[in-house]
Amino acid sequence: MRIAGLALAGALLGALGHIHAARADVADQHWSFNGPFGTYDRASLQRGFLVYKQVCSVCHSMKYLYYRNLEDIGLSEAQVKAVAASVTVDGGLNDDGSKEITRDGLPSDHFVDPFPNDVAARSANNGALPPDQSSLVNARDGGADYVYAVLTGYTKPPKGFVLGDGMNYNAAFSGNQIAMPQPLTDGQVTYTDGTKPTLDQEAHDVTTFLAWASNPEMEQRKRMGVHVILFLVLLTGVVYIVKRKVWADVH
Amino acid sequence: MTGLHKSTYKNPLINWFDSRLPILSLLDKEYGAYPTPKNFNYFWNFGALATVNLVIMIITGVFLAMNYDPNADNAFASVQHIMRDVNYGWLLRYAHSNGASMFFIVVYIHMFRGLYYGSYKAPRELLWQIGVVILLLMMATAFMGYVLPWGQMSFWGAKVITNLFSAIPVVGNAIVTWLWGGFSVGAPTLNRFFSLHYLLPFVITGVVFLHVVALHMTGSNNPLGIEVKGPADTLPFHPYYTAKDSVGICVYLIVFAILVFFMPNALGHADNYIPANPLSTPADIVPEWYFLPFYAILRSVPNKLLGVIMMFSSIFVLFVIPWLDTSKVRSARFRPLYRPFVAILLPASLFLLGDVGAHSPSGIWIPLGRIGTAYYFFHFLILLPLLGKIEKPLPLPESISSPVLKSKPVYKAETV
Repeated sequence: MRIAGLALAGALLGALGHIHAARADVADQHWSFNGPFGTYDRASLQRGFLVYKQVCSVCHSMKYLYYRNLEDIGLSEAQVKAVAASVTVDGGLNDDGSKEITRDGLPSDHFVDPFPNDVAARSANNGALPPDQSSLVNARDGGADYVYAVLTGYTKPPKGFVLGDGMNYNAAFSGNQIAMPQPLTDGQVTYTDGTKPTLDQEAHDVTTFLAWASNPEMEQRKRMGVHVILFLVLLTGVVYIVKRKVWADVH
Repeated sequence: MTGLHKSTYKNPLINWFDSRLPILSLLDKEYGAYPTPKNFNYFWNFGALATVNLVIMIITGVFLAMNYDPNADNAFASVQHIMRDVNYGWLLRYAHSNGASMFFIVVYIHMFRGLYYGSYKAPRELLWQIGVVILLLMMATAFMGYVLPWGQMSFWGAKVITNLFSAIPVVGNAIVTWLWGGFSVGAPTLNRFFSLHYLLPFVITGVVFLHVVALHMTGSNNPLGIEVKGPADTLPFHPYYTAKDSVGICVYLIVFAILVFFMPNALGHADNYIPANPLSTPADIVPEWYFLPFYAILRSVPNKLLGVIMMFSSIFVLFVIPWLDTSKVRSARFRPLYRPFVAILLPASLFLLGDVGAHSPSGIWIPLGRIGTAYYFFHFLILLPLLGKIEKPLPLPESISSPVLKSKPVYKAETV
């Protein structure tokens, strides 16, 4: 029965692995946040935020994040205030309630949406709705690897491939037709830290930023996980010794 | 019987209390002195693990409900709020969502233990049946819980599963409308699922209590599958099995922690991070992993009504196996013919069905699903009645303690 137990455990682990490798067709990239001790590369996050702000946020919302969250990627309080102040938000009613006013953004504001509503977003994007990017990396099979593959997957369509009106060919996207025009190219942005803005670099940085936006708790989670598991392994040892001692007199 | 309980506690205050409300005596009887077969292996940990898991689910769930909003317009956003803004909200939610997976892993192993060692046989038939009721309640609770985040898989999973009832002739569609509280899965559906998802765990707790009462009436089965003959065969539950269960609980928590802290979304679906959208159907509507074998059975039958009947039968057949199994010998250890079927083929067919359930029903997956389904029912409906008649079981040990005392290799049947 011990063998059957081991076989069962093995089968369970195998099943887990099977579920985990759901997107075998997307190439694995090297990410700073992979693995049990992974953290987000702060420099990459900040470059990624620049790409997000200058490119993605023109069409995509990120509505579950607050500007204050940007302190997590290493921006100072003053920088966060400046970022927030660069947008205009709905300010409710004026003092006598006679008209709606706007005001500069604050760190406590959610990221502003690029469009007033979904209809306007579709109208501006050839009928397609740019998905919200708050949880984009979690919301796609293959996660960060997949997002990176789409961003770098724009090529000429193969001979004979018929593209729909206003559609673009993408090797990684399901069905190979994507409404989003190629967002990133070599030199699309200018990095302030001197990093060369190649397509690969931009895609890598912005995917790192999107991974953080989807899982901002990841560093705390993994750090806590390491402590919890170390504690539990020690506890298991102690409890096992107690069990052996209690059972020592049983034959 | 009237008058005070004769409490044996020395402390006068505790004695006064226990004489009037003997819950301490009861606890001591059922979880302290309770005579437990001395030869349990670690498979007997899983009942305790399921209890711990239920408690974890209720505690995390109560705190999640404080921050969750069951309004269809806000549900998805409120889950994001829990994950991002509530202190340790991510921990609560990941513990709860992976806790559901752990619950099914634990309960499936617990059931496998029961099947392998014949724990369902007389006099424990009702104990087993109460367990199947718990499984059904767990499935209903898990299904409704998965709808609450109101993502794409929540919405479409709810739609597909509730739609199964439309297969019922004549009244099917009316029943589905009644379940939905409208003409589609919508805000009323979400509200009632939240209400029931909060209620059912307490129903489960009650039925678990009945499960334990029934267990303590008959006493536990054991790896040899023979009845306890006397005090030499048993040990008091505490400290022996409290100590042994604690080891299992620690190992269980390690597995649980690996899921929660390092791969919290591995068992879920990416699509559920997309808000529910009635106008956009996901490419593949797939239930959570623990329902996949049953989903595969449903889809391996071309007729909808028959498929639904087969799926529900795959659970209901468990209610009658105490009478389908004609063998008087409980433990598969002494059933050489039955042993490979229950230890290898039954789990293999369920893993196969699980794999089939995760793929869209086309190509090779259709015949594979049918093979798995056929074996599952063959196992319970044909093999169990038949093997008991033709199998020659190995000789059973005299008692639990006698082979233990005579020679060291306890579990080798030929030493008896």
